[in-house]
Amino acid sequence: MAGAREIRTKIKSVQNTRKVTRALEMVSASKIRKAQDLMRASRPYSRAMRQVIGHLAHANVEYKHPFLIEREAIKRVGYVIVSTDRGLCGGLNTNMFRKAISDIRAWQDKGVEVDLVCIGQKAVQLFRRLKVNMVGSVTHLGERPQIAQLIGVIKVMLDAYSGGQIDRLHIVYNDFVNTMTQRSTIDQLLPLPPSSDLAGTHAWDYLYEPDAETVLEHVLTRYIESLVYQAVLENLASEHAARMVAMKAASDNATKAIGSLTLVYNKARQAAITQEISEIVGGAAAV
Amino acid sequence: MSTIRCDIVSAEQEIFHGSAQMVIASGEAGELGIAPRHAPLITRLKPGQVRLLLENGEEQFFYVSGGILEVQPSVVTILADTAIRAKDLDESAALKAKDEAERALANRADAMEIAQAQAQLAQAVAQLQALEKLRRSLKH
Repeated sequence: MAGAREIRTKIKSVQNTRKVTRALEMVSASKIRKAQDLMRASRPYSRAMRQVIGHLAHANVEYKHPFLIEREAIKRVGYVIVSTDRGLCGGLNTNMFRKAISDIRAWQDKGVEVDLVCIGQKAVQLFRRLKVNMVGSVTHLGERPQIAQLIGVIKVMLDAYSGGQIDRLHIVYNDFVNTMTQRSTIDQLLPLPPSSDLAGTHAWDYLYEPDAETVLEHVLTRYIESLVYQAVLENLASEHAARMVAMKAASDNATKAIGSLTLVYNKARQAAITQEISEIVGGAAAV
Repeated sequence: MSTIRCDIVSAEQEIFHGSAQMVIASGEAGELGIAPRHAPLITRLKPGQVRLLLENGEEQFFYVSGGILEVQPSVVTILADTAIRAKDLDESAALKAKDEAERALANRADAMEIAQAQAQLAQAVAQLQALEKLRRSLKH
């Protein structure tokens, strides 16, 4: 019966694992909703921002802000990598990092240097082992990230762009499509790509207080910040969704493992009983 | 009575959405009272109160820690900052982000040193083993 006892301990341990994965799954399921609410709450701001910038882009023709001008020669690019703090979320981070790294390699092959800003523990852990220049990082944003936590890293990059150290800025994050799908995405932040939202027909111009340059600078900075913030929220929702799916798969696998182990256990038990009976019968015949 | 649509939003939530008779805010160049059909205007806001005179004559107050006020003839949009912002505060936040990265990179140096030391140790052990073998084969 020694084999049977070993199998029984194994079944117990798989059952305990399943308890943990089930719990993680349920926790993530409830957190997805909160993350989605956060995403929704931040949308009106970026929409209003886009409208204002759209008006500005068309109203004001005599002054062009550097954030809007495409630079001809690109010597150095910046990346903002948005990752999670914790693991156990399937291939979410891995897929995104693979995409980011292949993009970074493509630049490096062209002789362009790369600066990085990392958001989240996982990105920091990975990129400090790679040959890239990390200029800023922030970790442990928690369940309710606030824009105040992100100001620092964004300013590092915006200053680098204004100062001419970098000529382009990208952001890499996981776009939350739905619970089953998260898409790793690379977006260009600077120079701001012209989008259809920014198109409008205006013949009038604003009154600027104090002047167009200051106001435009301020608005564009806030806009970039809101884009990064939005990306962080998308990534948070993606994290919880991916973790929920991964943990569900793990629980299912545990159930399957328990099933096959139980089968093996029962067989071993039956074999032991059969052996015992035949021994008794053999013993009785001998007497 | 004519009214003007007013939206107050921050990056983290929508604060107010509705119509008002007048919007009073403290802009960078001074107090502003925005009535319907105001000329298009865009300005930065100073930290302070935003006062709304609602349709029914009631007043509503909001505190904003800075932001942007945009006026179009029929819409006022206030993009409020959620955090208190100042140039030196932003600078220190940026410095903190840089420090954090440097600390992470400093840890890398440690890890690299450990890896290097381990590699050297492995090499030394291999050499010792080879010597030991050689010695034994010479004895026999």
